[in-house]
Amino acid sequence: MTAINIRGLEHRYGAGGAPVLSGVDLDVADGEFLCVVGASGCGKTTLLHLIAGLDDPSAGTIGLGGRRTSLMFQEHALFPWLTAQRNVELALKLAGVRDRQVRSARARELLSAVRLESHANRRPHELSGGMRQRVALARALAQDATVLLMDEPFGALDAMTRDLLHDELERVWQERGLSIVFVTHNVREAARLGDRIILLGSRPGRVLEEFPVAIDRPRRIEAPAVSALATEVTMALRSEVSRHGH
Amino acid sequence: MAIDLTDAGIARRESIDHGTLAGLDELDTPNGAPRSTINAQRMWAQAWPRLAALVLALGLWQLVVLSGWRPEYVLPPPRAVAGALGELLGDATFYRALAVTMGRAITGFALALVIGGMIGCAVAQSTILRRAVGSLITGLQTMPSIAWFPLAILLFQLSEGAITFVVVLGAAPSIANGIIGGVDTVPPVVRDAAHVLGARGCTLLRSVILPAAMPSILAGLKQGWAFAWRSLVAGELLVILADRPSLGARLDFARQFSDAPGVLAMMTVFLAIGLIVDGAFNCLDRRVRRRRGLLGAR
Repeated sequence: MTAINIRGLEHRYGAGGAPVLSGVDLDVADGEFLCVVGASGCGKTTLLHLIAGLDDPSAGTIGLGGRRTSLMFQEHALFPWLTAQRNVELALKLAGVRDRQVRSARARELLSAVRLESHANRRPHELSGGMRQRVALARALAQDATVLLMDEPFGALDAMTRDLLHDELERVWQERGLSIVFVTHNVREAARLGDRIILLGSRPGRVLEEFPVAIDRPRRIEAPAVSALATEVTMALRSEVSRHGH
Repeated sequence: MAIDLTDAGIARRESIDHGTLAGLDELDTPNGAPRSTINAQRMWAQAWPRLAALVLALGLWQLVVLSGWRPEYVLPPPRAVAGALGELLGDATFYRALAVTMGRAITGFALALVIGGMIGCAVAQSTILRRAVGSLITGLQTMPSIAWFPLAILLFQLSEGAITFVVVLGAAPSIANGIIGGVDTVPPVVRDAAHVLGARGCTLLRSVILPAAMPSILAGLKQGWAFAWRSLVAGELLVILADRPSLGARLDFARQFSDAPGVLAMMTVFLAIGLIVDGAFNCLDRRVRRRRGLLGAR
């Protein structure tokens, strides 16, 4: 089944502005882990925001077949006045879980799923960058969404934390059967995580090339097959970027 | 080194990864003494500059009195004022006046909170309302409260209503502006996160926007209180009701009887109340900021 069906998507900021995205056709299968790479400003974040409903497309359609989406931002975007537990509980409340005790129990479960149950009563500023992103992941999971949209969620983390969070995300994705659209600047990260990588071209943003990732899981970011694919995608990305320099 | 991809190898690696993750969490989590530790040294470090400033001010006051610039029945020395203050604090009618004044302050501020809060929330959420009355609210904030009294007395005569009217008009614009300014400074990513989570309308405002704007809202409340208190004292000097003894009325009576120590003792009471309430707002502000990690370790 197709989780996300995008046809002829176009988006402009302001009437008469240059298109940020144009002619984007894209399908994401149920349970697929899709990585999106591209140069800065090519419309990766815009694409996620349109799928999440934060903005309306100028033209084209985005079909989700009634599936709920959840978005993780570049910054953790947690609410700083709430503890990790309360952040997740608020997401549950907004998702319609009315019973306070049920919310509390489910928030504990979700924090446990990202191995943060012992830090439930800490506020965001008392957590490290990696822990905040795990709380953000728990909050995103609280919405019971089957489509998870992730906008460079690990971009600001150190290499070791990022590596461990790749494992955590992969585990959560497999356990819950999520469809994930993961935007990243890091081509090696895309090869480590994705079932498929799409390369977005710039000005306007459009799907330029697709790379199926035929590498068995579990994968390591330092594995030769991951490096080889990352090199291939990087070459295509460089070619696209250099095209704009002429 | 070759990577072991057998089941045993994967299980061993997962075990190491879990341990590494827990270790990273532990290393990345701030440790050290609890922030709220209170000790004598810290209290002294906070208290001595204030005590020094108080002693300096009293010393300067005494010097001016000793210089003979004004006779002591017009400008009494600190000791005479301390004596008058002691008498005041031992007088039961003072507490009745204090209760009346504080009752007016709390009522006026509460009304200003409701009215200013509703206006602030409405204007912050509506572009049209902001264009219509945004600058008017700032204009009202800068208007001296004493300028409202002629109108207040015409509308309500010499009554509680006149005082409350001016107190509310003094405080409400600051409270509304605090909310508007606070809502404007909510980071877009917080709004986007709330939107993605499904927060809309009143839920969005109550659960996300207002809590996110709380530091600015508190600053507005503090300023609103200051304006309310000034308006109230001015009002009690102008609107004296026979059956409602107040601190302002006592100040005016002391002036009429040329009781300079009494005047200064009452002014000290006004100052003390202002400092206590300001201290309470500062405590609240520190608490809100600390919870958000906006305070340093100092």
